[in-house]
Amino acid sequence: MSSPVNDARASSAGDGGAERVRSRGEDSTVTSMTVTELQAALKDGATSVDLTRAYLDRIAADDGTLGAYLHVDPETALETAAAVDAAGRAGTGLAGLPVALKDVVVTEGVPTTSGSKILQGWLPPYDATVAARLKGAGTVLLGKTNMDEFAMGSSTENSAYRVTRNPWNPERIPGGSSGGSSAAVAGGLAPWAIGTDTGGSIRQPAALTGLVGHKPTYGSVSRYGLIAFSSSLDQAGPMARTVLDAALLHEAIGGHDPLDSTSIDVPLPVLAESARRGAAGDLSGLTVGVVRELGGDGHAEGYETGVLARFAEAVALLESLGAEVREVSCPAFDLALPAYYLIAPSEASSNLARFDGVRYGLRVGDDGTRDLDEVMALTREQGFGPEVKRRIILGTYALSSGYYEAYYGQAQKVRTLISRDFNAAFDSADGSRVDVLVSPTTPTVAFPLGARVDDPIAMYAADLCTLPASLAGVPAISVPCGLSDGLPVGLQIMAPALADDRCYRVAAALEAAQDAARGFRFLDQLTRRTADATEGAA
Amino acid sequence: MSADKLVDYDEVLTRYEPLIGLETHVELGTASKMFCGCSTVFGAEPNTQTCPVCLGLPGALPVANEAAIEATIRIGLALGCRIATWCRFARKNYFYPDIPKGFQTSQYDEPLCTAGHLDVEVDGETYRVEIERVHLEEDTGKNLHVGGATGRIHGADHSLVDYNRAGIPLVEIVTRPIPGAGAKAPEVARAYVTELREIVKTLGVSDVKMEQGSLRCDVNLSLAPVGGLEWGTRTETKNVNSLRSVERSVRYEMRRQAAVLDDGLRIVQETRHFHEDTGSTSSGRSKEEATDYRYFPEPDLVPLAPDEEWVAKLAATLPELPAARRVRLSEEWGLSATEMAWLLNAGALDLVGDTVAAGAPPADARKWWLGELARRANDAGVELPELAVTPGQVAELVGLVAAGTINDQLARQVLDGVLAGEGDPAAVVESRGLAVMGESDELVAAVDAAIAGAPDVVAKVQGGKVQALGALVGAVMKTTRGKADAATVKRMLEERLL
Ligand SMILES: [Zn+2]
Repeated sequence: MSSPVNDARASSAGDGGAERVRSRGEDSTVTSMTVTELQAALKDGATSVDLTRAYLDRIAADDGTLGAYLHVDPETALETAAAVDAAGRAGTGLAGLPVALKDVVVTEGVPTTSGSKILQGWLPPYDATVAARLKGAGTVLLGKTNMDEFAMGSSTENSAYRVTRNPWNPERIPGGSSGGSSAAVAGGLAPWAIGTDTGGSIRQPAALTGLVGHKPTYGSVSRYGLIAFSSSLDQAGPMARTVLDAALLHEAIGGHDPLDSTSIDVPLPVLAESARRGAAGDLSGLTVGVVRELGGDGHAEGYETGVLARFAEAVALLESLGAEVREVSCPAFDLALPAYYLIAPSEASSNLARFDGVRYGLRVGDDGTRDLDEVMALTREQGFGPEVKRRIILGTYALSSGYYEAYYGQAQKVRTLISRDFNAAFDSADGSRVDVLVSPTTPTVAFPLGARVDDPIAMYAADLCTLPASLAGVPAISVPCGLSDGLPVGLQIMAPALADDRCYRVAAALEAAQDAARGFRFLDQLTRRTADATEGAA
Repeated sequence: MSADKLVDYDEVLTRYEPLIGLETHVELGTASKMFCGCSTVFGAEPNTQTCPVCLGLPGALPVANEAAIEATIRIGLALGCRIATWCRFARKNYFYPDIPKGFQTSQYDEPLCTAGHLDVEVDGETYRVEIERVHLEEDTGKNLHVGGATGRIHGADHSLVDYNRAGIPLVEIVTRPIPGAGAKAPEVARAYVTELREIVKTLGVSDVKMEQGSLRCDVNLSLAPVGGLEWGTRTETKNVNSLRSVERSVRYEMRRQAAVLDDGLRIVQETRHFHEDTGSTSSGRSKEEATDYRYFPEPDLVPLAPDEEWVAKLAATLPELPAARRVRLSEEWGLSATEMAWLLNAGALDLVGDTVAAGAPPADARKWWLGELARRANDAGVELPELAVTPGQVAELVGLVAAGTINDQLARQVLDGVLAGEGDPAAVVESRGLAVMGESDELVAAVDAAIAGAPDVVAKVQGGKVQALGALVGAVMKTTRGKADAATVKRMLEERLL
């Protein structure tokens, strides 16, 4: 299945670079390397075209079944890579490294649909800040990844276009809404990818596919050019094979943007360096709070025992690295789900009003027999999928006069209470203060395709653990912490606003300790399994 | 256009009391739009002043224009408003092609300025108009309905939208209902908009051109039975785009609503459109009432929190406001209150001011604009500012009279030439040969002829009735077609006869 490096060499005019890539070890095919290894390979003489071609080959071979991408343009990708090579930039910073973007990120001249039929055929005339920064850094866009329509969903099954499968088990969902990005990275179809997270859409798919995924502090990564789902919650962030890779990608996209009024004008904390320091494995002096309401005593209903077991082992590992662990109660977290499902649909009902068929995208029924209102209604009727319609109706109702206070107003109050719980945990002066809070990232491992499509409430429960950090705007990372039933389990680390570096430090410590105990990286289990299966079939 | 039953205006007032309210939109003259960097210049090719933000493209985000916020605060301060220390923008959600995002970014329950007032004078009486709120929002695009007879959406072949105007900062100034205006309600409404326009113009934040739509007015009106305790249902008349229309629309709605109420029917709460040509209103969207805008705080923008020091500085640096300026000018120019009111009503205060600034003594400037020029505007059926003469030309005319080049009578002929587009006063004097005659041979001959032609008058004068000299002066003036200087003629006659 995987594309051997000598494929790449065939196209790189025999400069020997790809050969040196191969010499790095038994698993060092390009598409199973970490980004830091790819950077080293570029410095050693591999070309951006080598790397890009290796990924494009994997996409050509596997994406038919995996369904990670909505749009791939190999020609443009190779041209970009060749230009980076020609400029001698490959290997400096992120230049020459391929990357995938969730299709919610607006890209100039590249189709952008947000997973919806209503944007089919739209060619954006501008770049999102995230896309512009990655372009400026010299990365090579491999393609746009599949997602739940307008990022509404937890399984990517709400995509208007295609099914995305979990590389660990093709009958399972890859998580959502950034499921295309998670499947692409876990499946070796991209070295890393950008996702967006409104209520867990980076962390949940990362957890279910064995990746590291980080939702930054609200306001620390520009939202300019992210097709809005819920403006007060949306954040773009990295999805990667390792903690350090995630930190590097985060540093490339983060920081103040004058085009986004809610962007925070403070310097980004040092992230990659925090990950490197964390990997040294010493957590003494750090206090870790385990959130009771997220899978703890009396709150374990709906959580799989395998997930709770892996979580407990990971917490014990953190303790063994010197961290002090204590249980923390955050009572308002119990209200996060209902509050989220009022706030996010309310904002979405307004954000999605612009899709009326007048200026761009789909237009239905404009045949001269219908008036404007009918054309708008038909366009929206046929352009939006059922989950999007469900949330628009929900949000419209919640904002309507006479109900506003009871729904949107109350939900905002809950949001304040959740923030207070975080503040109490992070800032209390009575000695019960913690540096980070931890929980399982999801209550269960990846569920089977189709299992929850007819039960929205069960689907919504997949975000139970990730919603509090979203509502409070604080940073949270998901890092792999083992397998249950052969499927990945994620641990979530939440930190105070703007302390994203703490997430990376703790996650890197856990990752390093687990890798050391295992003897290889978490995702290598998947690579080996795939290789065995391929050999078995042969 | 309209088959509305109307009650005679004076009769309306015997049975009903009007309650007016005004919502005025002022397009700010900032260089860029409210939430993006696009230009706001009027009259550009359609859709050339647009970008992802003001087109509402997916993913685009707004950034508030600080100059617009400052202008709004200055308007609020000039109206004596309280300036909010913290407030937010809100989304007003509704579907219409001219709003690119499916919502208008506006302010809802947290306006930037509240609780102000504006005093206006009508016929020597002062009416206090309470200002409920002044808030900041963005303008919509413009729909152009192509084909069909009316240029309106019904019957059009297709519609085009120009988004150049979309996102231009718009300040909405809302009055509280104005009671007690009675028969003067139409004039009070007009005086309010006039005064508001003067203030905004003085602040320099908008060109307030009603004909270009940079100042737009919605007029609310309801009637209550005289002595009744409850106000009736109100209508909101839109498209009221001149001062005169403000007055006419109030008058019309009073007469129409009175007729409806007289028939025992109910007023429908609705939007009505004003028609400039007929002076009537017609029913617009009555479902307006049912529209639920689902306002909520705009999550894409951070709250506005005007710094106290900044607001204090803006308050301290406000220019002299029109009311204060009028008091000062009345004194400087020696105007009576009636004259000042008249000048204001005629929109001629700046004309006088500019004439003075161009060098004319205030008394002369006032005399010309209030006298001869006002009469001509009236005869021509136009507003004073529309006359084809500039304050500079009036000042020049005054200068020519003062220098003795022309007299008042000649000056009127010069004015004829100026109004006819023959050039500046000096040029007209030259081309029409209107300068006062010196003691030329022509004048001497005219004087001698007058003496020779009226021996009886000469006898009277020489017999001691000196005032009879006037008849001879008149004769000379007639022969010279007014070009002679009367005083000179009189002196010449005296030299010859006494
Ligand atoms: Zn613009």
